[in-house]
Amino acid sequence: MMVSSLMVTDFSLVWMLIAIPAVMAGLLLSLGKVTNSFGHFLATLAPLASFTLAVMYFLDLWGKPVGERTVDIPLYTWISSGSWQIEAGLLIDPLSILFVLLITGVGSLIHIYSLGYMAHDPHRRRFFAYLNLFIAAMLLLVLANNYLVLFVGWEGVGLASYLLISFWQEKPSAAAAGKKAFIVNRVGDMGLLIAAFTMLAMFSSTSFVDVSAGADMLSPGWATFIGIMLLVGACGKSAQVPLQSWLLDAMEGPTPVSALIHAATMVTAGVYLVVRSGAIFEQSPIAQLAVAIVGTVTLLVGAWIGCSKDDIKKVLAGSTMSQIGYMMLAAGIGPAGYAFAIFHLLTHGFFKANMFLGAGSVMHATNDDVDMRHYGALRQVLPITFVTFAMGYLAIIGFPMFAGFYSKDHIIEAAFHGQPILGVLALIGAGVTAFYMTRLMMMTFFGQSRWRQGVHPHESPAVMWIPLVFLAIGSLIGGMALNSWIGSWLAPIGAEVGEHTSWLPAITPIGLITMAVVGCGVALGWLLFKKDIPDTAPQKVSIFTTIGRNDLFGDVVNDYAVVKPAELLSRAVATTDEKGITPGIEGFGRFVETLGTKLRVIQNGYVRTYGLTMVIGIVFLGLFLLLSRLV
Amino acid sequence: MTLYEFSTPQLDYFLLTPFLIVLGVACLGILVEAFWPRKGRFLVQLILGVLGLGCALTVLVLHWGISGLADPSRMPATGPYADSMVSGTVMVDGPAQGFWLILLGFALIAIIGFAERRIHSGATAFTPSAASVPGSHAETEATNEGLTHSEVFPLAIFALAGGMLLVAANDLLVLFVAIEILSLPLYVMVGLARYRRVVSQEASLKYFLLGAMASAVLLFGVAFLFGYAGSFNYTALAGGVTFTAGGDALLLVGLGLVLIGLLFKIGAVPFHSWVPDVYQGAPTPVTAFMSIVTKTAAVGGFLRLFYSGLGGMRWTWQPVLAGVGLLTIAVGVLLAINQNDIKRVLAYSAISHAGFILIPLVGASSTVALGGLTGPSSVASIMFYLIAYGFAALGAFAIVTLVRTQGREATTLEAWAGLGRQHWLVSVILMIFLLSMAGIPLTAGFVGKYVAFVSAWQGGFWWLALAGVLLAVIAVYLYIRVIQVMFFREATDETAELATPGVGTWIVLVICLLGTLGFGLVPGPLLDLLQAVSQFLLPAAL
Repeated sequence: MMVSSLMVTDFSLVWMLIAIPAVMAGLLLSLGKVTNSFGHFLATLAPLASFTLAVMYFLDLWGKPVGERTVDIPLYTWISSGSWQIEAGLLIDPLSILFVLLITGVGSLIHIYSLGYMAHDPHRRRFFAYLNLFIAAMLLLVLANNYLVLFVGWEGVGLASYLLISFWQEKPSAAAAGKKAFIVNRVGDMGLLIAAFTMLAMFSSTSFVDVSAGADMLSPGWATFIGIMLLVGACGKSAQVPLQSWLLDAMEGPTPVSALIHAATMVTAGVYLVVRSGAIFEQSPIAQLAVAIVGTVTLLVGAWIGCSKDDIKKVLAGSTMSQIGYMMLAAGIGPAGYAFAIFHLLTHGFFKANMFLGAGSVMHATNDDVDMRHYGALRQVLPITFVTFAMGYLAIIGFPMFAGFYSKDHIIEAAFHGQPILGVLALIGAGVTAFYMTRLMMMTFFGQSRWRQGVHPHESPAVMWIPLVFLAIGSLIGGMALNSWIGSWLAPIGAEVGEHTSWLPAITPIGLITMAVVGCGVALGWLLFKKDIPDTAPQKVSIFTTIGRNDLFGDVVNDYAVVKPAELLSRAVATTDEKGITPGIEGFGRFVETLGTKLRVIQNGYVRTYGLTMVIGIVFLGLFLLLSRLV
Repeated sequence: MTLYEFSTPQLDYFLLTPFLIVLGVACLGILVEAFWPRKGRFLVQLILGVLGLGCALTVLVLHWGISGLADPSRMPATGPYADSMVSGTVMVDGPAQGFWLILLGFALIAIIGFAERRIHSGATAFTPSAASVPGSHAETEATNEGLTHSEVFPLAIFALAGGMLLVAANDLLVLFVAIEILSLPLYVMVGLARYRRVVSQEASLKYFLLGAMASAVLLFGVAFLFGYAGSFNYTALAGGVTFTAGGDALLLVGLGLVLIGLLFKIGAVPFHSWVPDVYQGAPTPVTAFMSIVTKTAAVGGFLRLFYSGLGGMRWTWQPVLAGVGLLTIAVGVLLAINQNDIKRVLAYSAISHAGFILIPLVGASSTVALGGLTGPSSVASIMFYLIAYGFAALGAFAIVTLVRTQGREATTLEAWAGLGRQHWLVSVILMIFLLSMAGIPLTAGFVGKYVAFVSAWQGGFWWLALAGVLLAVIAVYLYIRVIQVMFFREATDETAELATPGVGTWIVLVICLLGTLGFGLVPGPLLDLLQAVSQFLLPAAL
């Protein structure tokens, strides 16, 4: 701790974490083509610098007594209006520092990976600038000390996300996906804003400290309202049912983006929001239950979609939804689940980024083909990708000693203790996860090769596989490394310390059952997909597969629930405007003009008229004065 | 004190320095005009004017630093300022110095604008020989000789001196004299246009005739007030107003007539008729000078008389001015919409701005917090509004001088069609000035309107503030109309050319742009400063 204490004597420089990538993004975007040749290297240095700083701050916090691990860093008064004072400030505490480490750590690896992945893209500089913008906004989101500053970061990551989803804007599907993500997210943003302004009205402040302190005084009705609105915000950002539809389309973006934004960091912001607002949710069991139900439904929906897709990125996207569903479920359980939600969030950040980048490596090898029916037998030609991907696979299905084993088991167990029915559903979800991930592995790396003509798979360059190796190590040991201390580390933010404090998993009946269910899922997947895979997707399939392939008809629901009525409304408004309002306004305009023309007569240029006008004015003013005196 | 007794006035020369410097520079300008050879006279006058005003401005700011006026807690209600009167006829208090700052600053910018010679291909905007008959042989000869009228500089500086005296006047006679010092040079300046000289001279004559009429009315009112209070002094007037023992018919009549005289100077409806004709006829740099300097001086004099002298009568004059204010905005906006000449549009817009200034004036809100709300006082809001308007108006008129066909200013809107597509930089700058006049956020004009309405609201005139907001929304249309013509209409054969501006015009444009955007983005420090100088002082009874 000596080194860190010397380097970082206090926390006044925390803003540098955000400033470095933000300034870099600004530089790359404003300097333009000048930086084309070296901009991506600069951009990669930015998250690395932030990561280094973050590690020092982490060590600093680690060295402090438990009670002093929350550091509020006021920056300046943002809005001062009457009795409302909104301070823009940052907050470093055990929760935010973990996020900062995840964002900058995984972010750095993905930047390095992108150096290889985007090497030949004509707009490489713009891509890296957006990535840096994202890192800065995401750090602002997790470091904010109040909901309004958080909202700025929230919108910032949204912006970066839309820009990156539609990065290949020449593809209409990418442009449409960006637009969809934008529109669906607006619904969620509205929820968050309503929640923040309600808090402002209730507590005259939106800072986490004030809200937590004042939450006790909140009436249950208002607590439920704020909680539900926060949940709406979380659903939008984290692609939870019913605002899930944008995430699958978001896979149109470059794969590193899917790994960083749509798997490891941004989509988990909803979980962060719920955990951060724990004090509110504790006042409202209804809102808590709503969070748990949304999480459970999403984890099943995501798994269902994962089973039926042939597009490797969409399988992973479905899986992301599903895993975030687990986190939401844990967050909905209450303080007992907070630590597990964050734990799973961190391990998921490792293994899902690992698998997305692995998928990117596979696509790199097969000329950007994403259809798993065109893969097969890739384990021989892509050995490093295969091994690292396998680490991620073992982590997500919860193979003993791998990362997901620790974090997911905790959630299932906590769910059983809280709401047994949710526990059972979560258990089923674990089995389904094992099934579709096995399917993915079988179709991609095993079986016969079904490569298209002209495809000669080859291993990716070192700049791409080295990040894979780091992430694979994370997938392997992440659970073990965190298991013993994350509970007590997060205690200051309201998480209740669980009973598992050793790096060794405790053997419990539920744990054994989970292992059995996962084993069944793996076996089923292996049995079904070890045979030859048809080259094209079969059309005569069960109703379940059809529903899954169509994303549970999420778009159809949206169409009928929102898009069609909105179009109807806009047509009605347009008609009213054309038939009613426009003539009215134009009539008023004509009236004004006529009045002006009439008045103009007075201004005839004759000084005698002007003099007369003045005299009339004098008379009227005199009368007015007299009248005012009489009244 | 009898009227015939003469005693040596006690003068605080220290506080009067800025005013004395301006008067001195004006006199010096006359001497230069008489004795300096014709060659280089224009330049000497320019340098003299700029240096003189700059010097006055510096001294004013130094005063501010020395007396620490920016700190309201150190501003005594009596004390050093009680000595600052010229026998109680002139008050150099916070508002006087504030208005001096505005007057000096904008006069300086306007005078720099006078110097523009490049766009007129070597000549100034002023006629070579004002005394010759338009179209006569003598005029042609003077033009060919390249003569020019540099008298415009001392004239403008005399007008400025009158304005400075007007805002500090604490005595009805000084008020009248100041108005005349302000007006007489302006009558001459209006008639100095190089092109369309007949229109210019007609405008000058109209202005003079109507101005004389207004002066007569004002003087009549002064006489009535003297008859009521037995003194020209505001202190005596204020004392008389408090004890209206017996009939106050004299007071009421006097107040009404003085009010009319001052409303004429501000250009409020129905005493506005001169504004469009004069603004259109005058050389554009003079129009720019008038639009802000005359208005500021008149408003300053108005404020002092009605706040400190006739403050006790506010229940009488507030409703009248509220009505006049709304009528002024409405008429200004309605007529501006129908105009087809950019200078007339700006003239009617100036009328509507006079109305907007009357709104906080009616509010008569002081610094004191009302109902837990604290906002700028009426005086501070009006000063801010004037500053915002001054930047926008000076800038807009400077751009009007640039748009030309065949060497003359092209002021019809047809000539402006599609200008934004050909000369985007200047058009965008003009758009910013127009948006500031319209009160669109991020410009100083928005802050000006905002504080103006807030102080009216705080003064209890919430309905007036609401009506003002509504009218402000309608007023946006007239500025949008000009912007629409510039940017969204195709250029035609009639579209004018843009002259290359010289250094003078560039300086004006840059300062105005910085002011408009700067005080729009960061209005706080300026508002604090104006708030600190917004308390009128009234000397103790003599």
